[in-house]
Amino acid sequence: MKYLKQFLIILVISFIGEVLKALLPLPVPASIYGMVILFVCLVTGVIRLDAVKETGRFLIEIMPVMFIPAGVGLMSSWGVLRPMLLPVGVVTVVVLVAVMAVTGRVSQAVIRKKDAK
Amino acid sequence: MNEFVLDSAFAGVTISLLTYMLGMYLKKRFQSGLLNPLLLSIAASIVILLAAHIDYEAYNAGAKYLSWFLTPATVCLAIPLYEQLELLKKNWAAVAAGIVSGVLTNMVTVFALAMLFGLNHQEYVTLLPKSITTAIGMGVSEELGGYVTITVAVIVITGVLGNILGDLVCKVFGIHEPIAKGLALGTSAHAIGTAKAMEMGEVEGAMSSLSIAVSGVLTVACASFFAGFIQ
Repeated sequence: MKYLKQFLIILVISFIGEVLKALLPLPVPASIYGMVILFVCLVTGVIRLDAVKETGRFLIEIMPVMFIPAGVGLMSSWGVLRPMLLPVGVVTVVVLVAVMAVTGRVSQAVIRKKDAK
Repeated sequence: MNEFVLDSAFAGVTISLLTYMLGMYLKKRFQSGLLNPLLLSIAASIVILLAAHIDYEAYNAGAKYLSWFLTPATVCLAIPLYEQLELLKKNWAAVAAGIVSGVLTNMVTVFALAMLFGLNHQEYVTLLPKSITTAIGMGVSEELGGYVTITVAVIVITGVLGNILGDLVCKVFGIHEPIAKGLALGTSAHAIGTAKAMEMGEVEGAMSSLSIAVSGVLTVACASFFAGFIQ
């Protein structure tokens, strides 16, 4: 029963996210609205951590498998992708490494500067 | 075969999970970071579908139930974030500086490479939202007039590559602080990168979760401005 209750809370928040997505004219997905709602509810104490913890942990743990169908979907977008393969490939890899390196280095520099004080 | 799979609710899920388990086994057996279960599962599933002449639509008739869990799972990313609230409060400057610089790096490097390859406006805006979570990225691409299918493909490839290369990039660039690693993964490789950050540790996972939301929203704000640079 505990897990069912936790799952229900998570689903209700997901549903509220869907409603917000339908009402607000922003390109923000239901999941991000839901994440903000759950975060605010936890911070304000409207939802206690115990009320969602175990099911939440489980869902996060199995999250990688949820991306398999989207990845397999690449087989059907291969046709449109092929003519742009070189620029798309280079942009994908170079931008990924650049964003990762810059984000990491900048935040690390700020953390270390603060710690040194 | 195709007709049977099309009617089956379990074929797609079973193929996905079996290949993922195989990937987990291989990773454990050979102790190699390059053997990424997610990538192995995607590749093996595609090979199986092609070999058995099964369409993606037939596979997805069952596999879509895996995707269904993505929204509730993303909602749950608020949990590790809440658990690391104190850390977030203490390091908000580093978090803000990291994510903002990452989003700007994305815009500037996509623009520079688009100039280099002589891409037109439509191709350029297709790639602008490549680092953010699929659902937001699709919306941005559509709004700016890009090829939405290619945007989705690039976002997924970015995520999977980020998932695989995360450890290596952090090592090469000397990124050791857990907070910085998490921000780097989430800002560059959205939710699929976050799955890797969760494996690295609680702090990494929480910071990466936060990055998905913040970098997604920042990209929405910046993309229409940057889109005007190539007409």
